[in-house]
Amino acid sequence: MNALLLTLAAPVVGAILLALLPGVRVGALLNIVFCAAGFVASLGLASGVLSTGPVGGAEFYVDAFNVYLIVLTAFVGLTTAIFSRSYMGHEVGSGRVTTGRMRLYHSSFQGFLLTMLLGLSTNNLGILWVSLEGATLATVLLVSLYRTPESIEAAWKYFVLCGVGIAQTLFGTVLVYLAAAQVVPDTEPALHWTVLLQHADKLDPGVMRIAFVFLLVGYGTKVGLVPLHNWLPDAHSEGPTPMSAVLSGLLLNVALYAIVRVKMLTEGALGAAGGGAGEITGKLMMGFGLISFIVAGLFLHRQRDIKRLYSYSSIEHMGLMTFAFGLGGPLATFGALLHMTVHSLTKSAIFVTVGHASQIAATQLMENIRGLIRTQPAVGWGLLVGTLAIAGFPPFGVFISEFLLLTATMKSAPWLALPLLTGLAVAFAGLFRHLQPMVFGDRPEGQAPVKASLMPVLIHLLMVLWLGLSIPLVLARWFDQATILIAGTGLL
Amino acid sequence: MNAPGWILVILQTGLVVLAAPLYAGWIKRVKALLQNRTPPPYLQPYRDLRKLFAKEIVLAETTSAIFRIAPYIVLGAAVLAMSVVPLIALDLPVTAVADAVVLVGLLALGRFFLALAGLDAGTVFGGMGASREMMVASLAEPAMLMVIFTLAMVASSTNLSTVIMHTLITPLALRPSVIFALIALVMVAIAETGRIPVDNPATHLELTMIHEAMILEYSGRHLAMMELAAQLKLLLYSVLIVNLFFPWGMALTQAPASVEIAMAAIFAKLAILGTLLAIGETAVAKMRVFRVPTFLAIAFTVALVGMLSFIILEAG
Amino acid sequence: MQQYSQLPLIEQAILTLAAMILASSLALLAQSRVVATIRLFAWQGVLLAVITALVALDIGDAQLLISALLTLSLKALFIPWLLVRQARLLNILKDSDASIRPGLILLMGGALVVFCYSVVQPIEVFAASVTRNAVALSLAVVMLSMLMLITRRKAVTQVVAFMALENGLFFAAVTTTQGMPLVVELGVAFDVMVAAVIFGVFFFQIRDSIGSLDIDELVRLSESGE
Repeated sequence: MNALLLTLAAPVVGAILLALLPGVRVGALLNIVFCAAGFVASLGLASGVLSTGPVGGAEFYVDAFNVYLIVLTAFVGLTTAIFSRSYMGHEVGSGRVTTGRMRLYHSSFQGFLLTMLLGLSTNNLGILWVSLEGATLATVLLVSLYRTPESIEAAWKYFVLCGVGIAQTLFGTVLVYLAAAQVVPDTEPALHWTVLLQHADKLDPGVMRIAFVFLLVGYGTKVGLVPLHNWLPDAHSEGPTPMSAVLSGLLLNVALYAIVRVKMLTEGALGAAGGGAGEITGKLMMGFGLISFIVAGLFLHRQRDIKRLYSYSSIEHMGLMTFAFGLGGPLATFGALLHMTVHSLTKSAIFVTVGHASQIAATQLMENIRGLIRTQPAVGWGLLVGTLAIAGFPPFGVFISEFLLLTATMKSAPWLALPLLTGLAVAFAGLFRHLQPMVFGDRPEGQAPVKASLMPVLIHLLMVLWLGLSIPLVLARWFDQATILIAGTGLL
Repeated sequence: MNAPGWILVILQTGLVVLAAPLYAGWIKRVKALLQNRTPPPYLQPYRDLRKLFAKEIVLAETTSAIFRIAPYIVLGAAVLAMSVVPLIALDLPVTAVADAVVLVGLLALGRFFLALAGLDAGTVFGGMGASREMMVASLAEPAMLMVIFTLAMVASSTNLSTVIMHTLITPLALRPSVIFALIALVMVAIAETGRIPVDNPATHLELTMIHEAMILEYSGRHLAMMELAAQLKLLLYSVLIVNLFFPWGMALTQAPASVEIAMAAIFAKLAILGTLLAIGETAVAKMRVFRVPTFLAIAFTVALVGMLSFIILEAG
Repeated sequence: MQQYSQLPLIEQAILTLAAMILASSLALLAQSRVVATIRLFAWQGVLLAVITALVALDIGDAQLLISALLTLSLKALFIPWLLVRQARLLNILKDSDASIRPGLILLMGGALVVFCYSVVQPIEVFAASVTRNAVALSLAVVMLSMLMLITRRKAVTQVVAFMALENGLFFAAVTTTQGMPLVVELGVAFDVMVAAVIFGVFFFQIRDSIGSLDIDELVRLSESGE
C-alpha cells in the first residue's frame, strides 16, 4: 500500500509545486524528478504485487492486469518528461510558447499523470469515471497551448466530444450501480469492481447489457474508436509533441483498460465468464475494433500533417487491441496485453522523433519535411526504425503481438483474418509512402540539426526489440497472470 | 322527458347569450381601469349591439349568398357549442352530446364559414385575415386536441361532463398532466379567441388584424351577429378553462339550491378569469405574426408534455 | 398498481417536479436568447435540487440531501453566475442564437421523449417505486441536451447544453439509484466545476483567435481539407 500511495503522491506534490514555481528550466527539471520518483515507487509496487498478490481491496485495487499498466505509464511519463525538457526549451526559445504558459504546462503534465494513475489503480467505478474526465480536463488547455486558431478548434472539439462521450459513460456507471444495488447488500461498496466481480453472476443481464453499450460508446470515444474518433487526430496533432506522446501512448491505454474491466463484469453477468466472441460484448468490441482498424488504415494515405498521420496509426492500433480483447481467449488476450505495451513504447518514441523532425523542418506538413537522415541522422534513423516497428516488422514486439492475434483469429473466426491482413498491408503502405521522402529525400537548403535528446527513443526501441526477440520470463509470467484474470485461462 | 332538465338547458343557453357581451365588456372595463382611462358603462356592449341591429345592411356587389348566410351559421355554431359546454349543472339532457370532439368540430364549422366570409368579398384584407386565421387554427387545433386527449386519458372519456365529474369525485391530486394541460389550453384559448399577444381585438390597423380583418366588410345586423359570435367564443373558452380545471361549485343535481350556488360560483370564477386576462393583455405586447407559429408550437409541446407526463408518470 | 390520486403528496410533488424538469429541457431547446438560456438553466438546477431534497426526505437519506445542496450551490448559483460573467465580459450577453425551425426541433424533442420511454423499460423495474416513472424522463433530459448541443451555433449556448447534459445525468442517478455514493458525487461535482471554469477560459481563447464565438467558424480542421 505504501508503494501505491507514493506512486500517487508524487504527481500530486509535483502538480502543486509546479503550479507555484516560475522558471521554465527549474520546472522542467522538477518535472523529471517527480516522474522518476513515481516510476521508482511503481516498480516497488509491481514487485509487491507480483510476489504477494493483489494489493488493496477497498478503494484501490492493484492486480497483475493494472500494475504493469501503472509501471508502463510511469515509465513513459518519465521518458517523455526527459524529452519535453529539451523540446519545450526549443519551443520557448523560438517563441511559440510563453514562459507563463509553461507553468500551466508542467503542472498539467503532472496532473494528467495523476489522473491516469488514479484511474488505473482505483477499485471504484465511479472514481474511474472521475479520473478519466479529469484526464480530459487536465489536457484540454494544453492542446490549445500554442493559441493558434487550429489548436483552439482542436481543443474545443476534444472537450465537447470527449465530454459528451464521458457523459454517456456516467449513465452506464449509474446503470451498473443500479444492477449492483439489487445484489450487493451494502451501498458503499456497490461500485467496487472486486465486489461486483464476486457477485457478477447475480447482476441482471438486461441492465448490464444496456450499461455495457453506454460504457463502450463512452469510453470508446476516449479510445478513439471509429466513428467516435473525430477529436483524436486534431487533439493529438495540434498540441505540443510531448502531449501527443502521452495522449497516444498512455491515455488510450487507460480508456481501453476501463472497457476491459467493464467487459469482465458484463460477461460475468451474462453468464460467459472468460470472454468469448459469442457474447454481445465480444461482438461489439470486435465490430468497433475492426472498423476502426480498417478506416484508420485507409485514412492514413490521405494525411498531409505528420502528427495526424501517426495519430491515425494510433487509432488503427487501438482498434486492433479492441478487436483482440473482444475476440477473447488466452491467445488473443496475451497478444493484446503485449500490444498495449509495445504500442505505447513505440508510439511515444515515434512522437519524440516526429517532434524533432518538425522542429528541424519548422513545419508539420509532410511535403515540406525532407532529407532527415542527412540533416540529423539520429532523428532520421529513429523515425525510420520506429515506423518499421509500429508497422509490424519482425523482429520488433509489434510483430509478435500481431502474429498472436492473427493466430487467435484464424482459430476462432478465420474469415476475419483476411480483412486483418489486408488492413495491416494498407496501413503499412500508407505509413511508408509518406515516410520514405521524409527520411530519404533531398535535403533542403539551410536545414540544421536541433538539440535533441534521443535517449528516450533509443531506450524505448531497444525495449520493443527485446520484447520482440525474447520476452523475459518475468514479463511473460506477468502478462500470463493478467491473461488468466481476463480470459480465465493462461497461455503458459 | 326530463322537463326540468330541458328548462335548465334553455335557461342556460339564454343566460350565456345574454352574458357574453357582459363578459367582454367586463374585460374591456378592467383593461381601461388598468390603463387609467374611464371605463364605459356596464351595459355599453348591449347598446352597441342594439345600435348595430337597427342599422341598415350594406352589401358589396362582389359578394355571394355565402356572405349573407355566414353570420347566421357562425352565430348558430357558437350558440350550439356554448349550449353543449357544461356551465352550471352536470346532469342535463345535453350532457350526452357534450363531447369534446363535437365541440372542436362545431368551433371548426364556425371558423370555416368565418374564413369563407372573409374571402367572399374579394378584398385584400379579407383574404389576409382568412389566411392568417387558418394558419393559427391549423396549429392551434392539434394543441387543443392534445389537451383534450390528456384530460380524456385522466378521466377515461372525452365527454366533458364525465371529465368534470371525475375531477369533482376523485381526491385532490397534484397531477403534472393537468397543470400542463391548463397552460396549453390557456395559450390555445388566447390564440383562438384572438386576444393579445396573438391578435389585438381593439386594433384599427388593418395589417395587424386577424379576426377583425375577416369581418371588415360586414355592417348592420350581420356585424352584430359576428360580434356576438366572437364574444360567445371568448366566453366559451373561458368557461372551458374555469370548469374543466376548477369545477368546484357546479351543480351535480338539478335541485334549485345547488343551481343557484353554481350560478354564483361561475359568475365569480368568470369575473376573476376576466380580470386575469385583462391584466395579462395589458402586461404583454402583441407578437409579430411570424412568431405566432412558434407560440403555438410551444403550446403544442406543453400539451404534449402533459400527455407524456400522464402516460409515463401517472399511469404507472 | 396504486392509483395516482392515492399516492402521498410528496410523491406526487416529486413526479410533478420531474415533469417540470422535462418542460425546462424542452424550453431550453426552444429558447434562443443567451440570457434567457442561462436563466432557464439556473431554474433547472433549482428544480433538480428541490426534487433531490424531496427524494432524500422521502427515503430518509442524509447523503442525498448533501448532494441536493451541492447541486443547488453549483448548478443553480455558481455556474450560471460564471457563465453570465463571462458572457458579459465578452459582450455576448444580449445575443441570440436562433435556430432555423424551432417548431421542428421541438417536435423532434417530443419524439425523443417517446423513444427514451421505450428504451428504459427493462431498467425501470429496478428503480425504487417513488422515482420509477421518472427514469424515462431523466434519459430524455440527457437526450434533449444532446439535441440542443447539436443544434446550437454559439459557444455559450453549447456550453449551457453541455451543463444541462450533466444535469440530466445527475437526475438519472437520482431517479434510478437515489444518488450515487457520496465520494463519487463529490468527484463528479468537482469535475463539472473545473469544466465550467475551463470553458470560461476557453471563450476568451476562441474569441481572441477567431474573432467571434460562432462555432460555425471552426472549420479549419477537417478531413476534406487534409
